[in-house]
Amino acid sequence: MARPKLVIRGLGKTYRTDRGEVVALAGVDLDVGENEFVALVGTSGCGKSTLLSIVAGLESMDQGVVTIDDEPITAPGLDRGVVFQSYTLLPWLTAEGNVAFALAAAGCKASKVREIAREQLALVGLDGFEEAYPNELSGGMKQRVAIARALSYRPRMLLMDEPFGALDALTRHHMQELLTRIWERHRLTVLFITHDVEEAVYLSDRVAVMSNRPGCIKTLVPIDLARPRRYELLSTPEFQRLHRTVLDSIREESIQVAQLGRALER
Amino acid sequence: MPPPPEAKAADGKPRPRPKVRRSSALGRPISAAEFIGIATAVFVGLGLAWWLVTALELIGPLFLPPPRAVVARLVALAASGDLAEDMRVSVYRITVGFLISTVCAVPIGIVIGCYSRWEAAIEPLVDFIRYMPVVAFVPLTIVWIGIDDGQKFLIIWIGTFFQQVLLVMDNVKSVPRDFVNLGRTLEMSEAKILLRIVLPSAMPAIWDSLRISLGWAWTWLVVAELVAATSGLGHRINTSIRFFQVDTMFGYLLLLGVLGLATDQTMKLAHRRLFRYLRDR
Repeated sequence: MARPKLVIRGLGKTYRTDRGEVVALAGVDLDVGENEFVALVGTSGCGKSTLLSIVAGLESMDQGVVTIDDEPITAPGLDRGVVFQSYTLLPWLTAEGNVAFALAAAGCKASKVREIAREQLALVGLDGFEEAYPNELSGGMKQRVAIARALSYRPRMLLMDEPFGALDALTRHHMQELLTRIWERHRLTVLFITHDVEEAVYLSDRVAVMSNRPGCIKTLVPIDLARPRRYELLSTPEFQRLHRTVLDSIREESIQVAQLGRALER
Repeated sequence: MPPPPEAKAADGKPRPRPKVRRSSALGRPISAAEFIGIATAVFVGLGLAWWLVTALELIGPLFLPPPRAVVARLVALAASGDLAEDMRVSVYRITVGFLISTVCAVPIGIVIGCYSRWEAAIEPLVDFIRYMPVVAFVPLTIVWIGIDDGQKFLIIWIGTFFQQVLLVMDNVKSVPRDFVNLGRTLEMSEAKILLRIVLPSAMPAIWDSLRISLGWAWTWLVVAELVAATSGLGHRINTSIRFFQVDTMFGYLLLLGVLGLATDQTMKLAHRRLFRYLRDR
């Protein structure tokens, strides 16, 4: 097997707070292969977003190494496109302007910017909304622009931090279908953070379950469901079985946390 | 589906139907026409009350001159050109003073809003000076630089700069953290992130801060002109006291109010024009 795109080895992160040290991540090992879609799931507060921030280069790490194509990560970079959970469209720029903003920052030729921006918006089904300002777009549309923006400058991998977390259930389903379709057509290396197990199983090639405090990878579940995947897949027994496997693994974690909570109350 | 059983209270009797209430006016918007109508009615109402009180001679003209006298005085001052000259001088002073203050405060506010070390160096100092009464600086500034326009600029600067720095700092701090992170993932330099993400993102709020601080600047200008000046609106108010020209004083106070209202509304209008993108669908 070829060397994986993203390699995380022995990653550790400790926060120093007024109440002492909190070990957020300890001994995280994870590989993401070329053009592989890996979803990282875990209960809230398990450190999955911290892990993504470290891979994005936005946060520092205390131990371990993270490499992309064998190059260690030290800072944020254009080789990693990030889609944040919060809406990060710049409100004074149109949908097209937001994509163009990233393209210009990435050093794209001025003559090409407009064309590529329009292409990318069409890719996420937003042709006709080029001139709309973020305030005029729904939550789902905003995240679609954010995806188009992150893809526009052709990063080597895409990092997504609960991008659909703030959307209503129906919109979320549409977004999942859209993302699957884009991924199946264009093949990208994706690390996708979520706490929605169904979303993780539906989208990914492998699901990594994180344990709580300190966060580390507890189980890796290969999702050997055929592609292209459509929404009918959700009701098939294979999907249900995988969903169950991942859910059970997470449940163990949340039960542990709950018991710990009760023990502290005594 | 069968209709749900009627809600019953604990004693088995049917609950009284809740009264149909009109929806609360809390936070409900009104039309622009209604807004202007109400605002105008308040002004007209107060004007009428003023007229009535003086017409019935409930208050002597030395304490409250009748509207007719005030208007006549303003017309006379306008005809002689004094009014225009007073306004020109004062508007010039506030424009220059306010611009100097703003040009200093916005960059400093942005820097201390973004870098904690600069905040530590500057914010407590600004707070310290901010609590010194501006009025108490007037004699000192006269000793320092006399009573020319420069002293008026200085008083306006002292009165607004320190407030503006803190307001702008807060505006910048409320820029979403992920906007900055976005810039970092695009490998933008810190200077570019400040100029192309943080500044435009905080701009609507900064504009409002400037609008509010402009109101204070008017106060400090008039204070400076009242104490020591040879021209300007404040100076005219001060000299009119000597001749008990209460109608002049009243006229100029009203004029100051009108100027303040006009600049405030202009700034608000500009806000709507400059930041159209903030409008909802």
